[in-house]
Amino acid sequence: MTEARAQILTSIRLALGRGVVDAATQQELRARLNGHRRNLVPARGQVTGRQKVEDFARMVEFSLASIARVRSVDEVPAAVTDYLKQQNLPAEIRMAPDKRLDAIPWGRTPLLKIARGMPDPKDEVGLSGAFAGIAETGTLMLVSGPDTPSTLNFLPETHVVVVRASELVGGYEDAWTKLRAAMPSMPRTVNFITGPSRSGDIEQTLQLGAHGPRRLHVVLIDDDPQAGPA
Amino acid sequence: MDNTGKRPRVGLFVTCLVDLIRPTVGFAAVKLLEDAGCIVEVPAAQVCCGQPAYNSGDRADARDVARAVIEAFEGFDYVVAPSGSCAGMIRLHYPELFAEDAAMMPRVHHLANRTHELVSFLVDVMGVKFVAARYDGTITYHDSCSGLREMGVKAQPRALLGTVAGLTIKELPGAETCCGFGGTFCVKYPEISNRMVGDKAKDVAGTGADTLLAGDLGCLMNMAGKFTRDGVDVKVRHVAEVLADMAGDVPPIGRAK
Amino acid sequence: MSLALHPTSKAFKANARAALKNETLQRAMGHLGFAQKRLEAVGRLPEFEALRDQARDIKNHTLQHLDFYLEHYEEKLRQSGGEVHWCRTPEEARQAILSICRSVGARTITKGKTMVAEEIALNPFLEANGVAPVETDLGEYIIQLRDEPPSHIIAPAIHVTKEQVADTFLEKHAAYGKTKLLSEPREMLEEARGILREKFLGADVGLTGANFLIAETGSSIIVTNEGNGDLTQLLPRVHIVLATPEKMVPTLEDVSTILRLLARSATGQEFSVYTTVSTGPKRPQDIDGPEQYHVVILDNGRTAMLGTAFQDMLRCIRCSACLNHCPVYNAIGGHAYGWVYPGPMGSVLTPGLIGVDQAGALPNASTFCGKCESVCPMKIPLPGMMRHWREREYEQRLSPPAQRWGLAAWAFAAKRPRLYRLLTGLAARVLGLWGRRHGNMHNLPLAGGWTQFRDFPAPEGKTFHQLWSERGQR
Repeated sequence: MTEARAQILTSIRLALGRGVVDAATQQELRARLNGHRRNLVPARGQVTGRQKVEDFARMVEFSLASIARVRSVDEVPAAVTDYLKQQNLPAEIRMAPDKRLDAIPWGRTPLLKIARGMPDPKDEVGLSGAFAGIAETGTLMLVSGPDTPSTLNFLPETHVVVVRASELVGGYEDAWTKLRAAMPSMPRTVNFITGPSRSGDIEQTLQLGAHGPRRLHVVLIDDDPQAGPA
Repeated sequence: MDNTGKRPRVGLFVTCLVDLIRPTVGFAAVKLLEDAGCIVEVPAAQVCCGQPAYNSGDRADARDVARAVIEAFEGFDYVVAPSGSCAGMIRLHYPELFAEDAAMMPRVHHLANRTHELVSFLVDVMGVKFVAARYDGTITYHDSCSGLREMGVKAQPRALLGTVAGLTIKELPGAETCCGFGGTFCVKYPEISNRMVGDKAKDVAGTGADTLLAGDLGCLMNMAGKFTRDGVDVKVRHVAEVLADMAGDVPPIGRAK
Repeated sequence: MSLALHPTSKAFKANARAALKNETLQRAMGHLGFAQKRLEAVGRLPEFEALRDQARDIKNHTLQHLDFYLEHYEEKLRQSGGEVHWCRTPEEARQAILSICRSVGARTITKGKTMVAEEIALNPFLEANGVAPVETDLGEYIIQLRDEPPSHIIAPAIHVTKEQVADTFLEKHAAYGKTKLLSEPREMLEEARGILREKFLGADVGLTGANFLIAETGSSIIVTNEGNGDLTQLLPRVHIVLATPEKMVPTLEDVSTILRLLARSATGQEFSVYTTVSTGPKRPQDIDGPEQYHVVILDNGRTAMLGTAFQDMLRCIRCSACLNHCPVYNAIGGHAYGWVYPGPMGSVLTPGLIGVDQAGALPNASTFCGKCESVCPMKIPLPGMMRHWREREYEQRLSPPAQRWGLAAWAFAAKRPRLYRLLTGLAARVLGLWGRRHGNMHNLPLAGGWTQFRDFPAPEGKTFHQLWSERGQR
C-alpha cells in the first residue's frame, strides 16, 4: 500500500512536470489552508439582523420543512406538543441529552413523555438542538458530540429541531467560522440538513421520507435582541 | 474599429453548403451587407472552413484547409459568413487548431478577431436597426447551436425580423435544443439524429407557424429534409433570404418551384 | 450485471438503436425533468455564473497541487483517527475493502451511492467473497434487485418505470413476506424503507462514496437527499469511504462555493437535503458513530490524465447536468453508452479509463451542440475534449474505414480549389436536375445515412461561385 501511495504521488508530480512542491509554495499553500479565505459569498449568504431571521424562516419552508416561531424558550414545550397534536403523533419524544435543551421548561407540558439519549428504532419523534441555522438556504447545521448523537437526526420519522435566532448565520462560511470558534477541531459528523428526506427515484415523483425523516419541523426561538423586534 | 466615413471592406465567406446547395443565401448576404454600407468581395480561392476534418479528428487536413482560408481572407476589414458554425470555426477554433504553430498565430488571431456571423455582424457591428423587406407569414426561429453558444446569436435575428413587413414571429419551444444535424453526426448516427430532428419537427409544427427560419444551412437542410419526408407542412428558409427580401426568388429549401 | 466487467461501449451504435426502439425505456426517460428545475434554481441566484468561474479556479488550483493536498489531507485524517488506503487499480481497491470487511468479520455491508464502486465492480466481488452488499439509495436498491447497472449518475433507476419497480418488488420482496402488487410510488418507497431499515440496523460495515475530500480538515463529504448515506455510515461499526484523488478541495470555504453549484446544477434544489461532513471515527466520548473510519483512495488512471488534454475532466463533480441537458443522452438513456459513466462526461471520461479503442464511439456520438459545456458548473470544455478523443482515434487509425476514405476524398478536393469548383459545379448541376421535380431527393448514392430518414434538398442548379463570376462578367 505504501508503494501505491508513493507511485500515485510520483505520477502526479511527473504529470505536472515537477518534483515535490518547493518550500516557498508549500508555505503559500499552508497559508491558504489556514487562512480560511472566503470566495464570493452571494448576497443571500450575507444577510444580517431581521432579514437573516426572515430569510431563514422563508427558506426553511421552501425546503418543505415546517417552522414554528416562539418568542422565548418558555414557549418551546407548548410549540412541540401543538405540532405533535397537529400531526396526530403521540406525545412522546426522544431528545438528545443536550444541555442546551435542559434550559427549556419541559415541566410545563407534563403530558409530553421525554426519553433522553440514543434513539431506539421504535422512536417516532426525535428532538435535537441545532448548532446553527443558515439563512441562505434554510439549512440546519447539527454537529455530533457526546450530547448530540447524529443518529437522532435520521432514525425517527419525525425530526423536531430547536434553533435560536442568535444561532442563525447568513451563509455557510459564517457557519464554519462559528464552528471553528466553538470547537478546537472538527467533530466526527457535521450534518447540514435542508428539509425532510426525499427521493425521486421512482419515475421522478417526489416522495418525502425516503430513509431519513418524513417530517422536519423547526422551532425557532425568535429572541435575539440584535436581530430587532420580530 | 474606426470606420467613420469609410465603407468597410468585407470578405464574404460563402460556406461550402451555401455554395453548393443554396447560392441565393450568398446573394442575400451580399445584398444585406451592401445595404448596410459594406463593400463586399468574394475571394475565389475559398473552399471550406475545414470543420469536417477538424471535427473528425483530422487536424492535419483541417489545418491545410484552414491555411487556405487564412490566406484568401487576408486584408479585409471583416470576414462574414451566413453561418454561425463556419464563423465559429474560424473565430474560436482556428486559434486552437494552430496553437502549436507560433509563426501562424498572429495571422490566425488577426483573422479570427475580424470574423463574424452575418446577422450578428449586421446588428452588432454595422448597427443595422431595420431591413426593407416584406414577408407575409408567421415564422418561428430555431437557434442553431454554434451561432447561439459560440457566437452569441440570439436577439439579433429576432430584432431584424421584427422589422420585416407582414411578418409575425412565434417563439419555438426548445428553440435552443440541437436539431440533430451535427455535421457528420447525422450520417454516423442516423437513428439518434432522426429522433432529434423528429422532436424538432413536432415542436415546430406545434407553433402553428408556416415558416421555419434559422441561420445555418446544415441545420436547415436537416429540418427541411425531415419535414418533406414526414409531410410536415412548414416552409424552411435561411433567415438571410427573408431579411434580404429574396424569399420570392427561390422556393423554400427542399421544395420544388 | 456490471458494465465495468462487461463493457459494451464498442456496440454503442447497436445499443443506441435498440434503446430508441425500446418503448418502455422511452416512456421512463420521459420523466427526466431536471433541466427545467436547474433553470429555475439558477434564476434564483444572481451570482451563479461568477460562482462557476470561482469553482473552476478552485479545482484548477487543487489539481495543480494535488500531491501536496493529498498528503496534507492524509495527515489531518490520521490525526482524527482515520486511515487512508492508497490504491492504484480496481483490484487493489477491492482487496483493500475486502480485507477491512474480513478484519471485522463482516457478513453484510450497506452501501451509499458511489459510482466508483460501480467502476471497480465491487458488488459481484464482495458477493463472491462471502460479504453481502446492500444498496441503500432507493434507485440503486431497485437496480440491484433487477441486476442492472445505473443509467444515470444521480437518478440511477431513471430507465425503470413504476410498473417495473412494482413487478421487481413483488418478486424479490416475497422473501420478506410482502406479496402485494403495488401501484403507487409512495407504497413502493414505504415497502423498501421498511426492508432497508432492518438492513441498516444489521450491517457490519457501511460504505459510502465521497463528493469531496477536504485537505484542511481531513474530512470526506457526501451529499444525498434520502439520508441513506448517513444511516449507512452512522450505524455500523466501520465506515469505509471509497474516493478518488480528484475529489480533493482545499478548504471548507472552497467546498462551500462548489456546494452552491452542485445541487442547483443537479436537481435544481437550493441545497441537497443532507450534506454530511465526516472526519475520522467516533470520538471517545461520542455515543454514536463508527468505531473505524477508512478512506480508500483509488487512482485508476486519473492521475495519468493530469498534464494532458483531458486534465480539465478531473474538475467534474458528477452533478449530471451534462446528462440532463444532452439531447443524445435524453434520446437513448445511459445503458447504451456501455460503461459506468454515461452522457457527455462519460464520453470524455470512459475513453480515458478503458481506452479509446474500446470507447471511441462515445466521443463521436455528439453533435457538438455545446449545451453540456454551457451548463457544466465546473466549466469543463466537454465538446473540445470529445474532439481530442476523435483526434486520438484518428491518429491511431481506429475510426471506421468508410469514414476515413470519405474524409480523405473530401480533403483531397478541398485542398485543390479548381478541382473542387469543377466537382461542386457538376454536383450542383446533376443533383439540381435530379431533384428539380420535387425539390428534393428520396435516395442518394453514398448518402443512405441521410436519406434513410430525411429527403435531401435539391441544389438550385449552379454554385454560388459560378453565379458570382457570371454576375461579374455581366
